[in-house]
Amino acid sequence: MSQFSKKLALVCALGTLSLSLTGCHGSKGLPEFTVPEEFDTSRNYEITFWAKNDTNKTQTEIYKKAIADFEALYPNITVNLNLYTDYGKIYNDVITNISTNTTPNVCITYPDHIATYLTGQNTVVPLDDLFADEKYGLGGTELAYDGPAREEVIPQFLNECSIDGHYYAVPYMRSTEACYVNKTYVENLGYTLPDVLTWDFIWEVSEAATAQNADGTYVINGQNVLIPFIYKSTDNMMIQMLKQKNAGYSTADGSIELFNDTTTDLLYGIAGHVKSGAFSTFKISGYPANFLNAGQCIFAIDSTAGATWMGTDAPLSDISEDSLVQFETAVRMIPQFDPEHPEMISQGPSVCVFNKSDSQEVLASWLFAQYLLTNDVQIAYSETEGYVPVTSKAQNSAEYQEYLSECGADNGTHYAVKIEASKLLLDHVDNTFVTPVFNGSASLRDASGQLIENVVKSTRRKETVDDAYMQKLYSDVESLYRLGQGSDASFGKKELGAMPRTSVILLSTLAVTWVLILLYVGREYLKNRKK
Amino acid sequence: MKKKTLALTMAMALVLSLAACGNSNADVATESTAAATTEAATEAATTEAATEASTEAAEAVADEKSEGVMTYEEYMAADLDSEVVIEAYVQAKQSWWEDKATLYTQDQDGAYFIYNAACSEEDYAKLVPGTKIKVTGYKTEWSGEVEIAEGATFEIEEGSYIAPVTDVTDLLGTDDLINYQNQFVAFKGMTVEAAGQDADGNDVAFLYNWDGSGEDGNDLYFNVSLNGQTYTFTVESYLCDNTTDVYNAVKNLKIGDTVDMEGFLYWYEGVNPHITSVTVK
Repeated sequence: MSQFSKKLALVCALGTLSLSLTGCHGSKGLPEFTVPEEFDTSRNYEITFWAKNDTNKTQTEIYKKAIADFEALYPNITVNLNLYTDYGKIYNDVITNISTNTTPNVCITYPDHIATYLTGQNTVVPLDDLFADEKYGLGGTELAYDGPAREEVIPQFLNECSIDGHYYAVPYMRSTEACYVNKTYVENLGYTLPDVLTWDFIWEVSEAATAQNADGTYVINGQNVLIPFIYKSTDNMMIQMLKQKNAGYSTADGSIELFNDTTTDLLYGIAGHVKSGAFSTFKISGYPANFLNAGQCIFAIDSTAGATWMGTDAPLSDISEDSLVQFETAVRMIPQFDPEHPEMISQGPSVCVFNKSDSQEVLASWLFAQYLLTNDVQIAYSETEGYVPVTSKAQNSAEYQEYLSECGADNGTHYAVKIEASKLLLDHVDNTFVTPVFNGSASLRDASGQLIENVVKSTRRKETVDDAYMQKLYSDVESLYRLGQGSDASFGKKELGAMPRTSVILLSTLAVTWVLILLYVGREYLKNRKK
Repeated sequence: MKKKTLALTMAMALVLSLAACGNSNADVATESTAAATTEAATEAATTEAATEASTEAAEAVADEKSEGVMTYEEYMAADLDSEVVIEAYVQAKQSWWEDKATLYTQDQDGAYFIYNAACSEEDYAKLVPGTKIKVTGYKTEWSGEVEIAEGATFEIEEGSYIAPVTDVTDLLGTDDLINYQNQFVAFKGMTVEAAGQDADGNDVAFLYNWDGSGEDGNDLYFNVSLNGQTYTFTVESYLCDNTTDVYNAVKNLKIGDTVDMEGFLYWYEGVNPHITSVTVK
């Protein structure tokens, strides 16, 4: 073999080795996404968008219109819409599709869920570079539409999409929870509805409402059915109660603090009100809106995104006309332990972009995701329910301000309860909070609601709810949701343990190889010098 | 020799590094259950089998209850949130999800809707129409639907029974209808009415989801009338998905069609039958 051939062979061997090493990086998933210099408009792209609607036809139409408008701006991008009515279903489907590399391109989701998606390598695109890209980033120069600048995305909402120091989503819509009150019944019971509800007030009125006539009907409504206080999402109930009490839930790095004395006290309190018939939950009894509108509930707590179902004149209703009862509906923030320092959860859908091997396809996906933040989409969608737009650009627009100002003008688009629910969040953004996001936080959220559901169920079934019960409940729920069993692998400061044996062998072999290569090169060099 | 050693070592490194790269996404953590995706949404075949069988004469079965098991009458008299033990026969399977099964069951006296009973996927496969089961759980009511609550347990017993279909057409709009809640029933000679309008404002005979917000594969909602009263019926997509005859029959309905229907007398804030067959007259 000639000297040249030897060198060529060596270079080839080194090249092969280098390639094998770089090949490892990312082969456990997709390669890291890098923003292309230019969007290649000479190619056609077909992207899938998994969206969630609240079983609301108008929302579906807005998605379809957004897609049609976007496709008109970018004729080379086709967006296929797949509709869901349940975040949990989207989550499960995404998890399944990660393993087969068949995730959607763009997906409506919750940050809690993204934290789990991120356990697949390079599965979700970090958006930091895309945000900042001069041409295609937020408010970029090459966008075919008038999107918001980075500073026009409400910071609190944007920060909710930051996980482990990177943005993995953009907020799409935001809501909080509201207490929808039958003000007529509250006043008939002899109470004055305060501007800020306290837990004490709600429990007191609810207990007073349980008074029955001799024939078993309730004094306040004359009906056989009354559940004075119904909570739709008991996970939110527990999370917000704990936050208001400044009690533990979880740490930022995923340590579970849910099972504490404050939680126990809260559960005992709830059990007492279940026993007297003052309280129940959606899962146990049914939709709060149905009971409220039938005059069978006084305090119904549900998302502001459920406002169009609340009240005698609600545009949406699941109960028959003859079951509707006339009453005045008031909208209040959720009850507080410290009304001077109210705290309420911020929730609502966000949008993430899934990584693909083709960076141009990812860029096309990002262009569509960002399009969802334009005023047209933001304002139209927010008006379907008690949502608020996530950009100041949309919130401050003349169109949106006019919408708010016409509160109560009709029982459709300007339905008073809906707009008041939106204003509740707009006026209290600084009082909102979110829970820490980590791989496992979705399970912790479910577990917190399960504690309440189990206590309510057991109390109704006349089981004994005492310390032994609580101990078993905590143990069962912890086990059911696999809390603290390594689901926080991606984040936090968890020790990774000893390196696997195969990795040790591989790295040792590579080290030996490099030593041999260097020895060989060194020897050849010395030989040449002697010559 | 040394060159060969070097080449061999490098080749080994290459092979090992490639091998280590395998199993690309196997370690994707799933805090939720992957099994959820098996969501045996629809048991079309079994539902149809039950429907066909029910049109035949019901098998004469002595429906003696085992020791400690309630009669249907006792079950109906039991308080809400009290423990109940019943024996019944599977008429249709609605869904299986995360080791929970939802079932329509019936005995010779009445029907029992069993919501999210604890059930392995293996046991779920055994629950063919007619299968006798003993269920222990709590009686509850959700939006008017009386059912055995989530978390009930069951055991499979010897015996088989397919309930005959009961024609409840004349009971529509009466207080007596609820006495047939969850039973396999028939409605005859009803007229298809407009369920809503499409994007162009044209009347349509059915909607995906209650307001048309869905798409193919979601629940179908359609309106049928009798004697001037209109009722909303549903093809529940978990019970009968978009591959079933009934799903496609409803998609082909025309306003004004006269139809006979069979299904389960589900309740949601009023009667909300889950239809399993539709015949256009």
